[in-house]
Amino acid sequence: MNYLMRRLATFPLVLLGVSILVFVAIRMVPGDSITAMLGTEAGLLTPAQRDSLAAYFGIDQPWFVQYWRWIGGILHGNFGISVTYGRPVLDVILERFPLTLELAVLSMIIALAVGMPAGIFAATHNEKLSDLGVRIVAMIGQSTPSFVLGLLIIYTLSAGFGLLPAMGEFAPLWQDPLRNLSQLILPAITLGFAFAASVTRISRSAMLDVLSDDYVRTARSKGASARSVIWRHALPNALIPVVTLSGIEFGYLLGGAVIVEQIYALPGLGRMVLDAIQQRDYALVQGSVLFIAFNFMIINLLVDLAYVGLDPRIRLGEP
Amino acid sequence: MRILRAIFGHGSGRIGGVIVGVYLLVAILGMLGLTPHNPITQFRVDRLHAPNSAYWMGTDLFGRDVASRLMAGIGQSFTVAFFSVAFATLAGTVLGLAAAWLGSRWDGIVMRIMDVLLAFPAILLALLIVTVAGPGTWTSIVAIGIVYTPIFTRVVRGPALSLKAREFVDAARTFGSSSSYIVTRHLLLNLVAPLTVQVTLALAWSLLTEAGLSFLGLGTQPPAASLGLMLSDSRNLMETAPWLMIFPGLAIMISILGFNLLGDALRDILDPRMRRAPA
Repeated sequence: MNYLMRRLATFPLVLLGVSILVFVAIRMVPGDSITAMLGTEAGLLTPAQRDSLAAYFGIDQPWFVQYWRWIGGILHGNFGISVTYGRPVLDVILERFPLTLELAVLSMIIALAVGMPAGIFAATHNEKLSDLGVRIVAMIGQSTPSFVLGLLIIYTLSAGFGLLPAMGEFAPLWQDPLRNLSQLILPAITLGFAFAASVTRISRSAMLDVLSDDYVRTARSKGASARSVIWRHALPNALIPVVTLSGIEFGYLLGGAVIVEQIYALPGLGRMVLDAIQQRDYALVQGSVLFIAFNFMIINLLVDLAYVGLDPRIRLGEP
Repeated sequence: MRILRAIFGHGSGRIGGVIVGVYLLVAILGMLGLTPHNPITQFRVDRLHAPNSAYWMGTDLFGRDVASRLMAGIGQSFTVAFFSVAFATLAGTVLGLAAAWLGSRWDGIVMRIMDVLLAFPAILLALLIVTVAGPGTWTSIVAIGIVYTPIFTRVVRGPALSLKAREFVDAARTFGSSSSYIVTRHLLLNLVAPLTVQVTLALAWSLLTEAGLSFLGLGTQPPAASLGLMLSDSRNLMETAPWLMIFPGLAIMISILGFNLLGDALRDILDPRMRRAPA
């Protein structure tokens, strides 16, 4: 079986494992869900009331029956009801997701727009002072956590320029694109900075690798211009590791948004997960973690497909 | 000794080695309580002092010495990072070796479980585990350990599979060596180099994840000091007391930088194929 087929065949299996893990994890949280839902008022319930509530929510059933109901519901788009919002979990997730997705996409655009030219520049100036400069900045960038950078940006803006990041009511992209971008640009830079550094390092080393390959030497000896060697011959092959990194990192950007959304007080999916954890809204935690993991898996699968498309050798070889 | 000489002969290895060395010293002092002041004791009259000769890095809202809290915080962060990476290394190595050596069904089971763990963004899986077990130092260690186990399993399994097919393993079998002898003596010893590189880089990620969890209030709990927690507490006082943010922020950044530089240097030294394109 070739790599692609194997990858597609294991996808549902891994997805099943992910759903079981999320389900079991939430069931392992100390305390029962009735107490979590009613808080101190749960103490006023008689045992009979408690039993009938347990039967109503189905939590008196064995775990595999509960799992089966839960997963069956999800397959029909029913992720349960959020205690905090009093609304279906999926509605709450879908309301928050566009912001997180937009933040991740914007971060990725910034990272690629900065990282790739910087990496190519460094590779074509290998071992020169400018290359060293790019490498130092990239190394520092890769070592700067988003929460340190975010706070530094906010501090510099407020102390240096008397400005504050545009916060307040969040404006969705389709309603007020300018205001939306002004609210998301700093969070996107914060989230994308370390990613830009990784892209720089990967593009640089991939480019250096390719530039020393025989076919590039042949192109050079045939008299191809330096520009043509870089753009036509070297870049397409140097892109393969950048594509892989971008895909993997994109998934991490979705996860990393938890911290950045918290710093900039953005009402995205990441911040919602954190609030749900603190408010013990387990249906929401369960649903949103599964939702993010599912997206992460889909992205990784797409990266693998892109990878196979870019490098035909993988189709036949071992992963 | 030879590896130390190689690290100090390598440009970024030298810088990374010195940074990590200094941090280790500070971490040990912090853990032993050998700090200029008690990191937890509150001196209310000395609230929010800017850095001065008595308090080198100033004091926080409760009059606690920032330098002492920073030292204790580095001790705390390093404890979590070292234990969690030790957990991940041990679990990942055992699982990776078992998968490679036992092959077929076991390999499939172990690697699918690792795929499940890898299907979560790191911080999200850590958050999920902390939700289940409640925040705290040990939870952070286990959570970060579990998050990075699949990476070690993969790092061990791949090379172990190719080593298993080599002639010297066949030769050892022919001589009647037991499986456990071959696995520990022939496979594991040959995996020390990639594992060393991975451990160093994992320490950087682990420091980052620990600080992230503490920043979100789900790692080390107050009044204990932790770099992420200090940074999180500094948010509301950013304009009046910027030192509360700058020192822990720099401390986190430089520690991660140190391990990254060291990891890169080790990769160059231990994996000669990488030497062509140091990044």
